[in-house]
Amino acid sequence: MKSSVITFPGSNCDRDMDVALTKFGFKNKMVWHNDQELPKSDLIVLPGGFSYGDYLRCGSMASKSKIMHSVINFAKSGGLVMGICNGFQILVESGLVPGVLLRNKYLQFICKNVHVKVDNKENTFFKNLDKKVLELHIAHNEGNYFCTNDQLKEIEDNNQIAIYYCDQNGNTNDQINPNGSIKNIAGIFNKEKNVLGMMPHPERMIDESLSGEDGSIFFKNLLNNIK
Amino acid sequence: MLVNETIAIEHGLKSDEYKKICKLLKRTPNITELGIFSAMWNEHCSYKSSRIHLKKLHTKGKKVIQGPGENAGVIDIEDGDAIVFKIESHNHPSFIEPYQGAATGVGGIMRDVFTMGARPIANLNSIHFGSTQHKKTKNLLRGVVHGIGGYGNCMGVPTIAGQTSFDRSYNGNILVNAMTLGLVKKDKIFYSKAAGLNKPVIYVGSKTGRDGIHGASMASASFDEKIEEKKPTVQVGDPFTEKLLLEACLELMSGDSIIAIQDMGAAGLTSSSIEMASKGNLGIEINLNKVPCRETKMTPYEIMLSESQERMLIVLESGKEEIAKKIFDKWNLDFAVIGKTTNTKNIELFFDNKQVANIPVNTLVENSPMYDRKWKKSKLPKKNKIDKATFKSLKIKDTLKKILSSPNVCSKEWIWQQYDHTVMGDTIQKPGGDSGVVRVHKTEKAIAATVDSSATYCWAHPLTGGKQVVCETWRNLISVGAKPIAVTNCLNFGSPEKEENMGEFVECVQGISEACKYLDYPVVSGNVSFYNETKDIGIKPTPTIGGVGLIKDYKKMITMDFKETDNIVLVIGKTEGHIDQSLLSRIILNENNGPPPEVNLFNEKNNGLTLLNLIEKNFIISAHDVSLGGIITAISKMCIKGEKGIQIKKPKFLINEIEYFFAEDQGRYLIEINPKDFKEVCKILDKNSVHYDEIGKIIDKDMIIDQKTKLTIDELKSYNTNWLKSYLV
Repeated sequence: MKSSVITFPGSNCDRDMDVALTKFGFKNKMVWHNDQELPKSDLIVLPGGFSYGDYLRCGSMASKSKIMHSVINFAKSGGLVMGICNGFQILVESGLVPGVLLRNKYLQFICKNVHVKVDNKENTFFKNLDKKVLELHIAHNEGNYFCTNDQLKEIEDNNQIAIYYCDQNGNTNDQINPNGSIKNIAGIFNKEKNVLGMMPHPERMIDESLSGEDGSIFFKNLLNNIK
Repeated sequence: MLVNETIAIEHGLKSDEYKKICKLLKRTPNITELGIFSAMWNEHCSYKSSRIHLKKLHTKGKKVIQGPGENAGVIDIEDGDAIVFKIESHNHPSFIEPYQGAATGVGGIMRDVFTMGARPIANLNSIHFGSTQHKKTKNLLRGVVHGIGGYGNCMGVPTIAGQTSFDRSYNGNILVNAMTLGLVKKDKIFYSKAAGLNKPVIYVGSKTGRDGIHGASMASASFDEKIEEKKPTVQVGDPFTEKLLLEACLELMSGDSIIAIQDMGAAGLTSSSIEMASKGNLGIEINLNKVPCRETKMTPYEIMLSESQERMLIVLESGKEEIAKKIFDKWNLDFAVIGKTTNTKNIELFFDNKQVANIPVNTLVENSPMYDRKWKKSKLPKKNKIDKATFKSLKIKDTLKKILSSPNVCSKEWIWQQYDHTVMGDTIQKPGGDSGVVRVHKTEKAIAATVDSSATYCWAHPLTGGKQVVCETWRNLISVGAKPIAVTNCLNFGSPEKEENMGEFVECVQGISEACKYLDYPVVSGNVSFYNETKDIGIKPTPTIGGVGLIKDYKKMITMDFKETDNIVLVIGKTEGHIDQSLLSRIILNENNGPPPEVNLFNEKNNGLTLLNLIEKNFIISAHDVSLGGIITAISKMCIKGEKGIQIKKPKFLINEIEYFFAEDQGRYLIEINPKDFKEVCKILDKNSVHYDEIGKIIDKDMIIDQKTKLTIDELKSYNTNWLKSYLV
């Protein structure tokens, strides 16, 4: 399976994503933001980091970069696109997924392990996942997901919420919400469910010596689903 | 503008220093030249008060590839890999403007590391604030933490360990010391020594603005009530540009275009150009009209003294300009050929087709002032006599509660959760352990790093304190299973013009040197920060030591959390019951006098190496060094982290319980071992003449000291974690 990771100026999880994808069997290519064309890929990843220094708004300038025209076309034609952290912010800014990401509720950068509940498995990203709760890692300053009530209704009606912040048993409540996201939303799909944006970093949880191994479960499952 | 002595004094020069400049030049300098002299001859850049003593540091060792004198130190970690590392202070700017001061401190130290060709792989910091009651402390703490995170997080370099302390002596002068480690191939290290004639001198990175002019001079003076006026001397950081600069430099470094490279840190273009020329024994000619400026009508004086961040100066191989330019264009960074190397051994500056400065390089460097300042030796204070009734009146539980929740012991999670500590995917020991540990990417090896200081001990007796700090870092590395290799030091002191302060400096340096030499643990880089005082009140002497060690097989790394019920816990090293200068003495008994605990270098080395041997043999299940707050504080942290309890055995010693539990004797560790290994472990300890006590057995829950004294893990946790959060909310 072929994947491509886009490097924007200021991306800093591009290498980590490359390491993770390669580890679990993807043939990965790094793609420069100023390129026009995407290599042939089964999966495009927009990695975490601080593209354009988060200046103006997180993800806004990167969403206008040359390669994004191709990424948007790829997504519209049904290709799998995943944005992690700053990649999620870029997806939001480019209109590929609904809503916005505001500053964290307590106005602080947060770096820690969190649990997320996977509710919706009727999609290529989470199909056949045998765990309902994953332990992943967050590291962000602007992960507070927000949308209008109308949007929320539409998102819920279309089953677009991918993952929720929860406790280790899968309960979602305000206390466990790390950043103030509406409905504890940690990740969201587009209508067609071929585009996924999420704040947690599965690529930081890929072996037992790191913060945990649930990232491995995610990637292995993803690879099997694409095959 | 005509230069005279008054103007020179306004630039921070002394009257006789000005006279020396005129004599060296055989004329009166112009204003640009005076600016350059003041920048090169201030304490921050010239080390004029410290040089004579720094020579005594122990800096040599088998693993040392580059000692002090370069942008950073370099050590060999085998297989052709090397670690580049250094610590640096950014105290003065952080007090004036905490966010930008701390942020640019982090940016500056990372630049020092990637200038040498290394990719930064870990950041650490040691930050010190005034009393928690002082009106400025909260805002300074918030600003500094925010600034460190703001810069390091954006760069994508994990912040893996640190130290935060509070003491009244920092009320008017906080300390912000930032440390970075980078990884490089041994044969791809870059240095700042220029070579060859007529080689192009290249300016890359951000444009030059008026920020930070006289920053280094500001850092070489004490504060008074007018410090707010000094805000314009603080630089403004742009981590995004630095990230681009990092990637662009590493890309250029993968080829063979660079002869020498130097970042523009303190004193900007002045010190970087002069440093490269001086090391290469060459001259440099610069056309200042070519320097990319972000503001209009900047004068030669301003261009030379600006401390705008994220800039580099490179001496390139002739004919490589196009290759280099292409890389910097790709990363959207400024690139300009601004001059060339010459054989004049002078620095010659041109502006609007006129020569605006012409100074022999050696007058700025070798002929810079050096002082052997007067210093006062300090006496070892007398031991306090604490009567037994005092100890009897103390309840262990209450005392422990106070200590665990005291500002200098409590959990600093609120701070390090704001730092990205997992980016790069190799952090295998997060902040909150004895050392931070990162794997050497795609290898079995890992690097452990720690940063420590003990201002109270240094204040009580500088010689002992200096030794103690080195040993503390050594223990922190051993506790995670790393073989200590080398250190970097950041020497934060008051005014060197006062005999007491100078004495503290001289004796701390002596202590550091003795310990480093004995432990074969050389100093490879560092910096000195004097004049940490406001209105004549100086800080406690605070040498900060950053220690670095190697774990050959990262799977053998040790953590401090208790792991298995029924395992045995031993104390390694002897507990004599030293209470003076301990946390118990200071915050419970309100006694601030007395000597710090004695440092026995033989025991330190013997205990440490024996423990490493036990780790190598897979006997050690968890380990933690005993420091502030003594044995019981260390045990509490192991319980909290492992969510396990312990049944403590009463000591069978002549000293009483309180002394046993809270004393801060040095050279001690706590270790967890499996009961089946008990005999073998004791045999090895006995054979190596290492003193040990069996202190208890791990149980499922609760810390049980005796029938009357029982604490749940949740209690311990809440004492330890709540203070900082509630202080800052």
